[in-house]
Amino acid sequence: MAPKEQVISHGVTLLIAIAGALGGVALTFAASDPVMRFHGLLFLVFCALAAYWVATHPRAGGASEQTSYMDGPIKVATIAAVLWGVVGFLVGDIIAWQLAYPDLNFNLPWTNFGRLRPVHTSAVIFAFGGNVLLATSLYVVQRTSRARIAGYWAPWFVVWGYQLFIVLAASGYVLGVTEGREYAEPEWYVDIWLTIVWVVYLLVFLGTLWKRKEPHIYVANWFFLAFIVTIAMLHIVNNLTVPVSLTGTKSYSLFSGVQDAMTQWWYGHNAVGFFLTAGFLGIMYYFIPKRVERPIYSYRLSIVHFWSLIFLYIWAGPHHLHYTALPDWAQTLGMTFSIMLWMPSWGGMINGLMTLSGAWDRLRTDPVVRLLVVSVAFYGMSTFEGPLMSIKSVNSLSHYTDWTIGHVHSGALGWVGMVSFGAIYCLVPWLWKRRGLYSIRMVEWHFWVATIGLVLYVSSMWVSGITQGLMWRAYDKLGFLKYSFVETVEAMHWPYVIRASGGVLFLLGGILMAINVWRTIRGDTSVDLAEQPSSAAAPELRPGTAAVPAE
Amino acid sequence: MNHGFFEKNSIVLLIGILIVVAIGGIIEIAPLFFLQSTIEKVQGMRPYAPLELAGRDIYIREGCYNCHSQMIRSLRDEVERYGHYSLAAESMYDHPFQWGSKRTGPDLARVGGKYSDAWHVEHMHGPRSVVPESVMPGYPFLIERKLDYHDMAQRMEALRITGVPYTDEMIAKAPADVVAQISPDTKEAKELVARYPKAQVRKFDGGQGAEPTELDALIAYLQMLGTLVDFADFDAAGPNLR
Repeated sequence: MAPKEQVISHGVTLLIAIAGALGGVALTFAASDPVMRFHGLLFLVFCALAAYWVATHPRAGGASEQTSYMDGPIKVATIAAVLWGVVGFLVGDIIAWQLAYPDLNFNLPWTNFGRLRPVHTSAVIFAFGGNVLLATSLYVVQRTSRARIAGYWAPWFVVWGYQLFIVLAASGYVLGVTEGREYAEPEWYVDIWLTIVWVVYLLVFLGTLWKRKEPHIYVANWFFLAFIVTIAMLHIVNNLTVPVSLTGTKSYSLFSGVQDAMTQWWYGHNAVGFFLTAGFLGIMYYFIPKRVERPIYSYRLSIVHFWSLIFLYIWAGPHHLHYTALPDWAQTLGMTFSIMLWMPSWGGMINGLMTLSGAWDRLRTDPVVRLLVVSVAFYGMSTFEGPLMSIKSVNSLSHYTDWTIGHVHSGALGWVGMVSFGAIYCLVPWLWKRRGLYSIRMVEWHFWVATIGLVLYVSSMWVSGITQGLMWRAYDKLGFLKYSFVETVEAMHWPYVIRASGGVLFLLGGILMAINVWRTIRGDTSVDLAEQPSSAAAPELRPGTAAVPAE
Repeated sequence: MNHGFFEKNSIVLLIGILIVVAIGGIIEIAPLFFLQSTIEKVQGMRPYAPLELAGRDIYIREGCYNCHSQMIRSLRDEVERYGHYSLAAESMYDHPFQWGSKRTGPDLARVGGKYSDAWHVEHMHGPRSVVPESVMPGYPFLIERKLDYHDMAQRMEALRITGVPYTDEMIAKAPADVVAQISPDTKEAKELVARYPKAQVRKFDGGQGAEPTELDALIAYLQMLGTLVDFADFDAAGPNLR
């Protein structure tokens, strides 16, 4: 007989799931537009499955529930990250080819660039990146706190609720449901759903910290906490909208014009700063030291890195709005803080790189370390390029061109992508209790195809961006604009082909990872175990390591 | 100060983070709601007419902002290419703003009146039939689709909550005004223009039907972009024409 507490937890969870299912039924039949009905149906299916699962899996209760780390939700998020990653890279490459060969838009609403581009950005940032962050943060907070995750159903809700958010968002874009705000396209009801999931995520994370058996909160968790809290703030403020109807998908943003633009880029740049940087720095601060078995280079540097990074990043948004109707003082503030941001960024990079002190040979022998370390190098490169591009005179050339796209991708493919791949290659054997990856040589291949793809991508975008920027402002000797707009479009063709080819390579790397991860999970005998370092194995399986739970 | 205090108290760390990340946003965003230069009105600006609003919703639905900006920067080449730099007031009724971040295609802030309706119809149907080097997707389905405007009044009510000065009359007449804007030389069209000065009234998609299509709405929107403020009269320094 389970204790009373567990019975209550079980009953409440079940009631919430059933209530959600009823809400889904209501929307399925009563919503005022077809997409809302479809999304009501998805919500119904989600809640009904959750109710069924909870009803058929009563809690055991007692101490036996709490004996080990809770890795189930982390496994789900890891697999989801790999799958969404491949989907996101694929859609990205499709739209890259569309720009080179526009007939690939097929003249249909559901396949045009305008609707697919948000599918790509959301899939790679929120679906791939978000799941990597869910998996790593929940893994790291347990290990560094020596405590099992807080909550029983709540972590499962976070992980599956987040997948529902992704499906609602992406299917909405394809069907033409969007708020029209970059990187914040989901409509009001999807935003509310994400808010609920995110608050539960924060509580689960904080709850785990409260249970910790270590007196200090480890540095990786500072970054994860800053990421979770700040994303909540940004998401809620940027998505303040007035729905046209509570049973319809459409809403209008509460702010307009210049206030709306400033809010959006305050959000947009800090989606980069906190989602794609702070969260992934948390990964850096755990996985690099763990994989190379060395301590973090400098504790003091990590304190300075943390506080200065989160303080300065928030100000950087206006550099997206140089020479626009945003007041000059705000543009200048944005530029100034963006330049200052260079320092903490490089401080963090140095802290990550120098952690290899005394273990630099691992860069040569372990491709997983190489992924992690090269990612930090790309982080350094794009956080130098970013401040450069935020300078108003540089920005007057780069803004609205592919240079921005190249910059984003050197950060996204180089930093976020590579550090995520490294973390996934670490996590999978650790979570599924394997002695190593199915194949470390496949990781080597992944590293090289991804790196070559990345170099093709970024260099072609430098060429096209700077070319187009210069063509727009070129004058002939009589003082007339030298090029019509469409001549600059024509000049982009070959860079676009090269970029899309680089994307094929990056996608190929993602597929290699999916195969490798799948075969490792399935338990296939590793083909090159002898070449893998001891830190590739699950902690329990390493010679000379205590089995559980301390690390 | 000993950093251990933050490291040993999760709530202290949490509050510390919240304070540190709140400052920048407050200083950069809050003043924009009060400063004269960002809230001033300029002569000629008015809320979108219902058909234009429906067109704008289609513009957002199809993700046009992914490739087209609506913000002319105060740079010599941009002003020569696209026209007068964009004023803050020109997007004061834009919920959300559509300034964009990338020009795969040209800026559209002042595209209104630059091309004929027939050019737009052809261009939407097959962009490369009029601009051979274009990489824009085709939107041939827009002319096939009847415009759904049954909830126009509700949309305008939602916008009124956000601060757009739609009157009761405008909202009551919303569905009728959609049809009026494609029905030239009617009494309804005259009333529409009285409510929404400078509104252009004609069948935009070149078709014969009395029912508006999605293409009617989109072209009505494109053709009014940047046309409301008369820059022959506009005086950036003086208050009387702003």
